[in-house]
Amino acid sequence: MTVLAVSNLAKRYRRGGKPFAAVDEVSFEIGPAETLALAGPSGSGKSTIAKLVLRLIEPDAGRIDFEGGDFLALSGGSLRARRARLQMVFQDPLAAFNPRATVARVLDDPLRIHAIASRAERPLRIAALLERVGLETNLATRAIHEISGGQRQRVAIARAIATRPSLIVLDEAVSALDVSVRGQILELLLDLQRQERIAYLFISHDLGVIRAIAHRVVILDAGKIAESGDARTVIANPQSAVGKALVAATPKLVRTSQEAS
Amino acid sequence: MTVLLSIRDLAVRYQRDGVEVAALKGVSLDVLAGERLAIIGESGSGKSTLALAIAGLLAKSALVDGTIEWPPGQLQPSRFFAPPSVLPDISPARGEISSSAGGFPPATPEIGESDRDGSISPLVGEMSGRTEGGAVEHRRSNVRGELPRLGRDIGFVFQDPSSSLDPVMPIGRQIAEVVHTHLHLTWRDAYAKAKTLLERVRLPDPEATLRCYPHQLSGGQKQRVAIAAAIAAGPKLLIADEATSALDTIVQAEVVTLIRGLVAEDGMTLLFISHDIALAASLADRIAVLRHGELIELGQTDQIINAPRQSYTRALLDAHLGLDAKPLLDRKGASA
Ligand SMILES: Nc1ncnc2c1ncn2[C@@H]1O[C@H](COP(=O)(O)OP(=O)(O)O)[C@@H](O)[C@H]1O
Ligand SMILES: Nc1ncnc2c1ncn2[C@@H]1O[C@H](COP(=O)(O)OP(=O)(O)O)[C@@H](O)[C@H]1O
Ligand SMILES: [Mg+2]
Ligand SMILES: [Mg+2]
Repeated sequence: MTVLAVSNLAKRYRRGGKPFAAVDEVSFEIGPAETLALAGPSGSGKSTIAKLVLRLIEPDAGRIDFEGGDFLALSGGSLRARRARLQMVFQDPLAAFNPRATVARVLDDPLRIHAIASRAERPLRIAALLERVGLETNLATRAIHEISGGQRQRVAIARAIATRPSLIVLDEAVSALDVSVRGQILELLLDLQRQERIAYLFISHDLGVIRAIAHRVVILDAGKIAESGDARTVIANPQSAVGKALVAATPKLVRTSQEAS
Repeated sequence: MTVLLSIRDLAVRYQRDGVEVAALKGVSLDVLAGERLAIIGESGSGKSTLALAIAGLLAKSALVDGTIEWPPGQLQPSRFFAPPSVLPDISPARGEISSSAGGFPPATPEIGESDRDGSISPLVGEMSGRTEGGAVEHRRSNVRGELPRLGRDIGFVFQDPSSSLDPVMPIGRQIAEVVHTHLHLTWRDAYAKAKTLLERVRLPDPEATLRCYPHQLSGGQKQRVAIAAAIAAGPKLLIADEATSALDTIVQAEVVTLIRGLVAEDGMTLLFISHDIALAASLADRIAVLRHGELIELGQTDQIINAPRQSYTRALLDAHLGLDAKPLLDRKGASA
């Protein structure tokens, strides 16, 4: 069973007047509670794939099946209903939200839009969501711009899980965070995945992060899949030129004595 | 080893909405001539504040205590240097600040800058300390010894190369201006030197790149141009503040290799600022760890990585997700 199946996806843009394929014949599947990572150099098409899957942009060719149905065929009310099951978290939550909005407001929106809870129920739901992502419930009244980057990313995750999705697309969601906060957010994502069986399409340029959290990885190069497979196997022994270059370029911490870890 | 610059009890406070933020607290540190020193720490720990203080680029409203001393003989001798005691009290050359930021002259020179060759250098303390009132003398005392000149004695590379490049000026002109300003070459020679610099930072087709505008280049290429401008005048000290953080892994590795090579070839001292301890360790001879504005640990890279004295340093090391670390997926039992 798959949550998401993408086949022969293509998206063309123009560069300097000439058409080029930002995404070229890309196919992959993600199962329930599975994390598939997309890796690749900048410009390799990762974010374009994320936007295609979220239907923020339309493909030039290819098929997207989500929860067993043709996702590209949906429109209007049926698309809106299905969208509740497919959420997203981006790198910069400040850019995603109105910075002056309160945390409660940000979490109220999906509950209201997708009619998940009545007006009377929503404050309780919001408190439960905050607790679920490890935040104090009194954070609800704070403005988005007043809280720390790590707290904001937790709010973004709370918002994403508010509609009980089967898939969350995360585009460089932990890239801007400090290492200690990043570890906590990754733990939270794993925890949510185990408890709620959420699948992740996890985009990152950082192979260390991918190796820590992803089951499988797809490595992209200029819009095409260069190689794919079990995340640790691919990273331990990359076959493609771009896979080898990514592994070689990842900074290594050579510790001779490791009492702590 | 010779000391290039000595920082003693440096404290920097910012005022924001009437609230004071202590960005640096009593930092003392010697930067050795010719070394590659990394400054690491989490966001907000004061890394950029330290870099800006050394370069004389702090916001005017910043309150600075302590000293930054440049022992004699470490800077380029210059016929244009007035002894500190006779420095006229000119208004801070703001254009020079932003220009020096990337090593570029301003698009529109301000009054007092026409005679740039002979103008007073932007002083570390002067820039950081100049306030509306009469605090100038106090601030100036933050810098002792010879006075470094940004762009000529110090090259600065920022995280975002666009912030230091003029979008409407050809690349060649921007680099040639640095050369012309600081090395007093003719324009023809300055352009020739600009081309050599573009070759040194390994840009393909330097001749064509001279005529390019910044928007025609990729992020990695722009950062190479910013590096070319930063080293154009042959500075003693190169400061790179998260200079590779916005680049992808492969381009980051290329730019780090480039910086390593340039620093070695020119015998520059490198201050490499990064939140990434593994990246810092791959380049630095010594690593300084900042936390909440305090310098909590300083040592040889090998000691910091393998025998950190502070538990915080150890925590930073343990939080690093390397390609050999045990995946989080395994730490808590399997799923899927
Ligand atoms: N709206 C657009 N118009 C034109 N080109 C685009 C657009 N969006 C992305 N591209 C181009 O498509 C390629 C892939 O971009 P992207 O998917 O953002 O890469 P990544 O996320 O891997 O860095 C790049 O060359 C980018 O410049
Ligand atoms: N211009 C400024 N005005 C007010 N506060 C500032 C300013 N620049 C930095 N700060 C504050 O000073 C502290 C240190 O910042 P910074 O030196 O930029 O740290 P880092 O580079 O390690 O992230 C932070 O709390 C930051 O918010
Ligand atoms: Mg992207
Ligand atoms: Mg900084």
